Amino acid sequence: MTTLEQPQAMDALDQLEAQSIFILREAYRTLKPMALLWSLGKDSNVMVWLARKAFMGHVPFPVMHVDTGKKFPEMYAFRDEYVKKWNLDLLLGDCPPVEEMDPSLPPAARSAARKTAGLASLIEKEKLRGVVAGIRRDEQATRAKERVFSPRGAGHRWDVRNQPPEFWDQYAKPYEEGMHVRVHPLLSWREIDIWRYIERENIPLVDLYFAKNGKRYRSLGDQDITSPIESHASTVAEVIEELEHSRTSERAGRAMDHESEDAFERLRVAGYL
Amino acid sequence: MTDLSSSPRRHAVSTPIVIVGHVDHGKSTLIGRLLYDTDSLPDGQVAQIIEVSRKRGLAVEWSFLLDSLQIERDQGVTVDSTRIPFQLNNRDYVIVDAPGHRQFLRNMITGAADAEAAVLVVDAGEGVREQTRRHAMLLRLIGIRHVIVLMNKADAVDFDQEKLAQTEREVRAFLGQLEIPVTEVIPASARDGDNIANRSERAAWYQGPTLLEALAAIPAPPSRWALPFRMPVQDVYRFEGVRYVAGRIERGTVREGDRLVIGSQGQEATVAEVCRWHAPHRGVAGSGESIALRLEPDLVPDRGDLLYPAHDEAAKPLCAPRLKTRLFWLRGEPLQVGESFRLRLATAEHDVTVASIDAVVDLDDLSLRPGEEVPPDGFAEITLAASHNVLFDAFAPGMPDGRGVLVDRHQRIVGGAPLLGPAETAEGQHAIHPTASRVSPQERSALKGHKSGVFWMTGLPGSGKSTLARGAEERLAAAGRAVTVLDGDTLRSGLCSDLGFSPEDRHENIRRAAHVAKILADAGQIVLVALVSPLAEDRALARRIIGEGWHEVFVNAPQALCEKRDPKGLYAQARDGRIADFTGVSAPYEAPQKPDIVLPADGDEKACIAEFVTVMNRAVGL
Repeated sequence: MTTLEQPQAMDALDQLEAQSIFILREAYRTLKPMALLWSLGKDSNVMVWLARKAFMGHVPFPVMHVDTGKKFPEMYAFRDEYVKKWNLDLLLGDCPPVEEMDPSLPPAARSAARKTAGLASLIEKEKLRGVVAGIRRDEQATRAKERVFSPRGAGHRWDVRNQPPEFWDQYAKPYEEGMHVRVHPLLSWREIDIWRYIERENIPLVDLYFAKNGKRYRSLGDQDITSPIESHASTVAEVIEELEHSRTSERAGRAMDHESEDAFERLRVAGYL
Repeated sequence: MTDLSSSPRRHAVSTPIVIVGHVDHGKSTLIGRLLYDTDSLPDGQVAQIIEVSRKRGLAVEWSFLLDSLQIERDQGVTVDSTRIPFQLNNRDYVIVDAPGHRQFLRNMITGAADAEAAVLVVDAGEGVREQTRRHAMLLRLIGIRHVIVLMNKADAVDFDQEKLAQTEREVRAFLGQLEIPVTEVIPASARDGDNIANRSERAAWYQGPTLLEALAAIPAPPSRWALPFRMPVQDVYRFEGVRYVAGRIERGTVREGDRLVIGSQGQEATVAEVCRWHAPHRGVAGSGESIALRLEPDLVPDRGDLLYPAHDEAAKPLCAPRLKTRLFWLRGEPLQVGESFRLRLATAEHDVTVASIDAVVDLDDLSLRPGEEVPPDGFAEITLAASHNVLFDAFAPGMPDGRGVLVDRHQRIVGGAPLLGPAETAEGQHAIHPTASRVSPQERSALKGHKSGVFWMTGLPGSGKSTLARGAEERLAAAGRAVTVLDGDTLRSGLCSDLGFSPEDRHENIRRAAHVAKILADAGQIVLVALVSPLAEDRALARRIIGEGWHEVFVNAPQALCEKRDPKGLYAQARDGRIADFTGVSAPYEAPQKPDIVLPADGDEKACIAEFVTVMNRAVGL
């Protein structure tokens, strides 16, 4: 008698990967047209990678880069290289000038609001019903409240008090004209999971994440509102090692998270990621 | 390609734990304490909590960790569930916080549905309360296998052994009634840290584990590989000439060469290849994996088709058109018999109608009672009738089987319906299988150029209901609207010719009129119902039957004027005693308390019709 080959036991990364693939396939099937937000950061690269896993090496929908014009030059170079290598259909969106943003917001949050406005006009232009975004629960307390499928009504507002139930892998669908759904395939991933997955799959990244002269970026936003951290981690393995012993939060280098108690929540209700 | 076997470290899957319990029994404090005791808080977060507590003039308030949204802090309640990872003896856990506030049941289910274990927090002094019951009921319905009870605030009863034993008996008796297995019952104080990470010195009599010990002892979920294979088809792709049948394996194992049945059509195919991208080829996949299959022959299954092993009677799913389910109801309005929904079951969707409400759970004593409707946030056993056979496996705790979810015609999730099994049809009864329309209200209104609606005109005999309705009908029809008038005399000459004017018959007359109005409204019509409908209770019935799109119109004319008009000579006959039970003379008329529209029918008829038409146009989105 021959022994049948057994499946491989799933570890934490296998399970997160399987769940994200399931989510991306649900989104692609139920939300058309759909596009994926590619910020060029580590999380959105993982997301593009997961889409290729879900669709057998293809990304069968556009990726969007909402360009504030203030990203690091390395990020633009990375974008242009991998659009070709990964055969991506890239949509570019512009952001309005900061003077047009809500003046009651603190300075960094006001600057970040440009991205919200740029995203909103791109969603309207492309008449998108699904927008895939790489936010995670462990990044920020407000994001911890999110759903995997998060419906946005007119004006793209996030109705925090009135979120639909979401259980047993059954997700919300848009039910009115002008609505869209934000899809969050990485919601359950932690920062360390992202890095371990990058290591396992050998996913390319902008080198700003790796230490030069004792500093590296842990999170990448606009040049003027993101600051590097003290670090000597210059490889993926060293970053993982560093994170396993870290006691500060990832977005510590993002100015708008710290300006006032509710600044980030106000941004998110208005449609920020 | 990356060789996975060379990967240096594999990390175990984390264990989700939901924390539930009555409001103010100390859930959020417990979570803050757990994270603090396990040293799981990043430096920034501890500093932020201390700072926020200080700004508000409070001592360090651990519950702020979870109440992270501004609105929640201002209201002092946790609005939504949230998830926080922590580590214990190198094992990863995720804490799911669920709110105790009762109208937020849907947030709790959102957090709790995937949990491996639950901690039920019960105030040691207060014992089982309303939300303790509600949450425990939900734990049972979503199938949580391990429940740890934490008798919190034991310091407030001085860790008195007798008092705590009494609370423990009450909790155990209650959970026993729900057939929920209790893993541990732990006396504790989350605020002071007794029996959370550290053994309490104040409860020396207690021999059981601390909470952290109990959490560490939760076994890993059993493997589902040995169970019969199930994969609901999620989608079918074609890339570069190859067709992929995509899905996640719910249970069991699939190997290249396996023979599978596809859905209820009964077609068979062989697994030609188990496909993954950027992973070493393995000709086998097990439960939990999201994969793609290449089939031979190259069939094209539909989304929702269940793939299961061929030629194995024991491995076949159940198949029935009528389903018995346990229900947790999440809609703001009660559920009634006859309502239609989409039943989502994994990736499948079926049109179903509520054939019967078999029993409603009374949360006070957990008894099952017959009931006409399921209240918001209520629990019940109901029978769903589908228009065709449904392939399913019965719900079982900790398994992905039979997880039915009901969505309304707006795609909103309104209830969870774990499937218990096929429903029998009583002998001698015809099984009723109503079918739901595939045409949505939006599609119909797009065709007609306006929404539908029912304008239920109530008023005294002679107030002018039919005259106003016919006048408005003429103007609406002239403007190209789809409009119908149902008036009392027309109905009574045909559909209701078997009915008289007794209260029972009037009630039945209104019930029939309401159903006809609903059918017409569902077909996209603007329906004007002109019926005396004197009783508020009967109009409430009509409103329930019609649901969305109902507008109550009060045709308001003084009785003296109606009697003077007396177009059919009925008032005169009633005054003479020749007609019994005549509304306004010998039977009561209950004017609407809060009508949507009031038509003053004692002045210019044309102006009144014009005003009515304007209001209706607005109501149907014109």
